Amino acid sequence: MAKKVRILVAKPGLDGHDRGAKVVARAFRDAGYEVIYTGLRQSAEQITTAAIQEDVDVVAMSLLSGAHATLMPRVIKMLKEQGAGDKLVIGGGVIPEEDIPELKAAGVAEVFTPGTPLKTIIEYVNSKF
Amino acid sequence: MELLEKAKAGNKPSIARLISIVEEGTPESAAVLREIYLETGGARLIGVTGPPGSGKSTLTDKLVKACRNKGKTVGVIAVDPTSPFTGGAILGDRIRMSGIALDEGVFIRSMGTRGSLGGVSKATHNAIKVLDYAGFDYIFIETVGVGQSEIDIVKTADSVIVVSVPGLGDDVQASKAGILEIGDIFVVNKSDRDGAERVVIELAQMLDLNPNKDIGWKPPIIKTVASRGDGVDELNDKVNEHYDYLLESDEITERRKIRLANEVMEVLMKHAETYVHSRLEEEEFTSKKLDKILSRELNPYDVVDEILEKTFK
Repeated sequence: MAKKVRILVAKPGLDGHDRGAKVVARAFRDAGYEVIYTGLRQSAEQITTAAIQEDVDVVAMSLLSGAHATLMPRVIKMLKEQGAGDKLVIGGGVIPEEDIPELKAAGVAEVFTPGTPLKTIIEYVNSKF
Repeated sequence: MELLEKAKAGNKPSIARLISIVEEGTPESAAVLREIYLETGGARLIGVTGPPGSGKSTLTDKLVKACRNKGKTVGVIAVDPTSPFTGGAILGDRIRMSGIALDEGVFIRSMGTRGSLGGVSKATHNAIKVLDYAGFDYIFIETVGVGQSEIDIVKTADSVIVVSVPGLGDDVQASKAGILEIGDIFVVNKSDRDGAERVVIELAQMLDLNPNKDIGWKPPIIKTVASRGDGVDELNDKVNEHYDYLLESDEITERRKIRLANEVMEVLMKHAETYVHSRLEEEEFTSKKLDKILSRELNPYDVVDEILEKTFK
């Protein structure tokens, strides 16, 4: 029996739009993943704590507010500091193309912008486990 | 094992990893459980159950805060259903527990029921042991109160809180669910809504039908509005009262004995199953016997007898 892969779907920052995150969460569930969804407006501390306590394999963050350049790297830094730097971190939402290299340099493994087919996201995660 | 030492010292990533290990039920998990078992038994277990949307997570959030105010550390295990179709799950209980999520003295873990593959009650019991071993004073177990396995989980707690809400149907629903028998404390949540009083009366009437109602603990019915915190203090007092009762009457020993007996049985059955699988000469079984059953030359019951005789001789 293969280990069940667990994914945290998190909404950092202050925007109140979680439709995208919920659609992605459902797609992960339908692909057989165990998804932990923590709701809107999560701080980097909350996301890090949830990722650690839930022992997830993947942290997927959705951001539409423009704060991705601050919040995503902050979560990665906190995960590392707390001994959980081994998790695959991916991002999604309204993220300008030109910001993506910076996010990747900070440790975000992949970024999925609006219009990405769900299949692409699932296949990406499948390929990692 | 380094992981064990770190978990004992309260290291969160290590506790989390240990739970994953025992949840998976791998050979490594058996080693972990053997190692930690003798150092468990210190935690107080509180089960919270009720239908989806009845406010279990919100109530748990509030009760945990009350425990924290007394300086106790708390572990929470929140079980949500796994989809039987895809094996996936969306575990959303943390959403309602944001009030305690960042508390250093609280550890919240979400678990999927994982269908028949995992054996949910075993996985949950194992996870409880890890939290117990890590030294949490209280452990809350939250599950949807439908289905045998979910009821199996909560009924092994020291105290079981059954949550109802107005508007779910008549009193027959409550007796159908099989949760009247396991509740030590009944909560009517969202009691600011119409029909709350009716639910209280119906519950009281159902409990009154219990043949043992005059012996021992009499389950109270408490009205709450968890989102506002109304009634939570009273509920918390009752939880403590129930625990005092368990200690005074020594019913706690009885309960824990039953729990352990069930657990030993469960482990035994699981091992027996594995053993039978390993001993089955599958080729012979599948190719020859199954064909004969199909063509009605043999019946399944004789075949099973034969297998059992061969396996355990």
